[in-house]
Amino acid sequence: MSVEREVGRAFARMDAVGAGADHLNIVLWSDRERTLKLLRDETPGRALDPAGPLASAAIAVKDNIATLDLPTTCGSRILEGYVSPYEATAVRRLREAGAVVIAKTNCDEFGMGSSTEHSAYGPARNPLDTTRVPGGSSGGSAAVVAAGIARAALGSETGGSVRQPASFCGVVGVKPTYGRVSRYGLVAFASSLDQIGVFGASVADAAGVLEVIAGADPLDSTAAENQVPRYRDSAPQGGSASQPLAGMVVGKPAEYFPPALDRRIRARCDAALDRFRALGAEVRDISLAHTDLAIPVYYIIAPAEASSNLARFDGVRYGLRLEGDGLRAMYEATRTRGFGAEVTRRILLGTYVLSAGYYDAYYRKAQAVRTLIAQDFRTAFASGVDVIFTPTAPTTAFELGAKTSDPYAMYLNDIFTATANLAGVPAMSLPIGRVDGLPVGGQIIAPHFEEDVMFRAAFALERSLGEEAHR
Amino acid sequence: MAVHREDVVHIASLARLALPEDQIPQLVAQLNGILGHMDVLSAVKTEGVSLAAGVGDAPCPLRDDGGLPLPLLRSRDEFAPRMQDGFFLVPRLDTHGDPEEA
Amino acid sequence: MSAPTRAPDEALGTRYEMVVGLEVHVQLRTRTKAFCSCSAAYGAPPNANTCPVCLALPGTLPVLNHQAVLLAVRAARSLGCTVHPISVFARKNYFYPDLPKGYQISQYDQPLATGGCIVIGERADETPISVRITRVHMEEDAGKSIHDRYRGMTAIDLNRAGVPLIEVVSEPDMRSAVEAGAYLRVLRQLLEYADVSDVSMEEGSLRVDANISIRERGETRLGTKTEVKNMNSFTGVERALEAEFRRQSALLERGQAVVQQTLLWDAARGDVRPSRTKEGSHDYRYFPEPDLPPLVLTAEWIAHQEKSLPELPAGKRQRFASTYQLSAYDIELLTASPRLADYFESVASAHGDAKAAANWVMGEVLKEVKSLGIGIREFRIRPQDLARLLDLVRDDLVSHSAAKRIFAIMSRTGDRPEQVAEREGLLQVGDRDQLARWVDEVLAENPTEAARFRAGETKLLGVLVGLVMKRSRGSADPRRVNQLLSERSGA
Ligand SMILES: [Mg+2]
Ligand SMILES: [Zn+2]
Repeated sequence: MSVEREVGRAFARMDAVGAGADHLNIVLWSDRERTLKLLRDETPGRALDPAGPLASAAIAVKDNIATLDLPTTCGSRILEGYVSPYEATAVRRLREAGAVVIAKTNCDEFGMGSSTEHSAYGPARNPLDTTRVPGGSSGGSAAVVAAGIARAALGSETGGSVRQPASFCGVVGVKPTYGRVSRYGLVAFASSLDQIGVFGASVADAAGVLEVIAGADPLDSTAAENQVPRYRDSAPQGGSASQPLAGMVVGKPAEYFPPALDRRIRARCDAALDRFRALGAEVRDISLAHTDLAIPVYYIIAPAEASSNLARFDGVRYGLRLEGDGLRAMYEATRTRGFGAEVTRRILLGTYVLSAGYYDAYYRKAQAVRTLIAQDFRTAFASGVDVIFTPTAPTTAFELGAKTSDPYAMYLNDIFTATANLAGVPAMSLPIGRVDGLPVGGQIIAPHFEEDVMFRAAFALERSLGEEAHR
Repeated sequence: MAVHREDVVHIASLARLALPEDQIPQLVAQLNGILGHMDVLSAVKTEGVSLAAGVGDAPCPLRDDGGLPLPLLRSRDEFAPRMQDGFFLVPRLDTHGDPEEA
Repeated sequence: MSAPTRAPDEALGTRYEMVVGLEVHVQLRTRTKAFCSCSAAYGAPPNANTCPVCLALPGTLPVLNHQAVLLAVRAARSLGCTVHPISVFARKNYFYPDLPKGYQISQYDQPLATGGCIVIGERADETPISVRITRVHMEEDAGKSIHDRYRGMTAIDLNRAGVPLIEVVSEPDMRSAVEAGAYLRVLRQLLEYADVSDVSMEEGSLRVDANISIRERGETRLGTKTEVKNMNSFTGVERALEAEFRRQSALLERGQAVVQQTLLWDAARGDVRPSRTKEGSHDYRYFPEPDLPPLVLTAEWIAHQEKSLPELPAGKRQRFASTYQLSAYDIELLTASPRLADYFESVASAHGDAKAAANWVMGEVLKEVKSLGIGIREFRIRPQDLARLLDLVRDDLVSHSAAKRIFAIMSRTGDRPEQVAEREGLLQVGDRDQLARWVDEVLAENPTEAARFRAGETKLLGVLVGLVMKRSRGSADPRRVNQLLSERSGA
């Protein structure tokens, strides 16, 4: 059976690269025997579809997305040992398309971080350079694809948690439009920003998974009804067209190419923009004026929503519980022990900005500025720009421990990615070359629900760069 | 707007977090550092700007008043820390009847 | 201080007035919960009606119940509120073990409806006493905490968690416990008519919290208010308000200040006591619920809901007055509940004589229902059968007293009136020959009385009618017996 061969190969690769806790620590939970047994499960609703669009695909899933057969701990102590009694819509759709979930991947606790160092189960390492982080928060999923364990993986984004690790690990990472993929089963960090995303070894791998998991869901009130195109059809047809992007306008926003930008990263981006021109596209200078406000806005809205979303972890119905003298003591013992330092910091920050007397100055203000950031994108796209191209992150993968002492320095790593989450627009990162042997990602941003246009640009750039994307 | 020690103690209490004494000064400093970066927002003119309530503009979908409950594929006592006779058990509250404070 | 000659309570009542606003939570009558498909029914084993969503399992999301919106809009319109085309759900954040998500999905600065008004009675000069409704918003219920079942532990049952509610908030327009009671009764009646809820305080589908302050009569500023909770009947609300009024008055009389706080009504002690809550720690950190887009209702949809609203009490009273020519008192009684009014109307239309129908419904029916301790819905006599019984009385086929016996049997058995009358021999004999035979037999068996009667002693008529009735075992039509005897008198 090819599915068993494929799954067996994935587990063998996990062992070969040392995906577990003793080395890369990119896989938190996996169970070879159980997974192989499930392949033969004939239970209605559980049986694999051998003719599905993802038949035989081995796929890894970030640990904050609910799966039935492996734990869902969100990289947190507070959910240690928790196995979800229901399944995320995206995971169900993967299974129904014939894919096999082979592992739950390491991540920053509840998605709060940009390096996968803030996991209760220890930091993950970048398979391309084990002294460096894979990025985060979906670092484990990015690394599993980079290490050749799976051709695709699910991650999640709140401020760049798919695109930034994709950039750091040299793989493709897609954050769809807010509402494109059901959030049912994605453990909430910041509900108005969260979106399940996809990693792929190639643009086609990511596009193929996205078109399976996207679409309306009666279990998510914010999932959009819009039709889902076949994203793989965005690939240039025939293969010989010399200018597949003729007529496309690629916006280059000045704010994403500041004077302080690492000149080698800038050079890689400029080379990619030259490719776009060669492919027939027009590169146009644009401005997204409120970009520099994205990090302050993001770090008000996301912690505010998180402080509320994480209130359910109270030791009453599931997860960790530490007894104390009375109810309040139980709550406090459980939550203090259960949450790590970064999560605690963000809960405090979020509680503060929502609390009486500060709501208007922080939360309300941030929502208004968020509208301005979204308007920047609308204006740019309304002016005839089809997609926007930027660097994905201001740096390549940094060394473990380099940014853990200063929270705000870590937050600044989201500077080029958080805008798309705030505006709800789709965005993706794909490899555009290396600096000192470390991958650099280029980011393509498109209007709401125009993932197909985004993929068209990505397919063409990927093909044009060829091996240069990984040199 | 500087954050003071008592603010941190207050919000920690609201969030049901028991901060060790020796961590409070560092958290006060960190929160002040982070919030200091937020002050740029106060200079942005936002009069008349609508508030981004969610990102899309589709209205709230409504479901029919019926259908089957979503199944639990593992029983409650498999994931509950403490259950008896079908109830979740928690330490007895000091106050009865008032649902805001334990 | 003055007025030492009056009894203390009365003196305080003269000096101070109470200012009361009420917050009423009403459970909407839906099959499923507000945000998941779990049954909203009462009485299941603990936590049986729970699912991933209402257990707040990580990753789950709310999806709003259409019927809950519909009932909330109906309720709001029946209270005269303006329903807003856009309303926004918000999270009210607080920790409590029966609140699974750590926040309640409610509405805050953009509620479903605002600006209503209801009339709760009239003053001596016949001007209406009205109470303004500040707002009606939708929210979800919490679960149940049981404190007295396990030693040192509180037991949590989440069957009720997520059941849809509306909260009806009044302006502080009530000035006495009596007015507060009247407001609650009118509110309950309106919501019962609007058919949105079971509105039972005993079963918890209607819950009341009161805000009360006092001030010297003539003062226009509001005093410091307290919140009184834990009342489980309308009378309880009235008594709690009286008690809190006495407590606050006494404080002011002693020159002390009222402290803003939450108090719990202790029905057994007839007193309020402070809840052991740390004050000032409430900070609900409301913000818009990001998991639910704004609720958008079109003007057409709202108008349609209003059109399909059942007839409300005021309309029904007006119609009863013009259709049935009943007294204001009768109408008040018959329209107390929509089901009683429907019952009356069914009897009246089947029987034809509204006055007779009204008298029976207000008399026998209400008495019987009350003595059985049931609702009109559980009453075994169908309106059509009661109408038939009234037909029999009107047509002289049964006597009034026999009708009451038949009624009692019907109430027990649910049988039809003709069946009962026949079985029990209660049909009146109107047959002239049979009646004449009984009259003659009675006269023959009582010759002395017969002679005196024939001689013109008419006062013996009653005695003789009684004897004939007795012979007929009550089945003779007394008016005809009367007539036959009179024909045989000497007069
Ligand atoms: Mg309420
Ligand atoms: Zn449920």
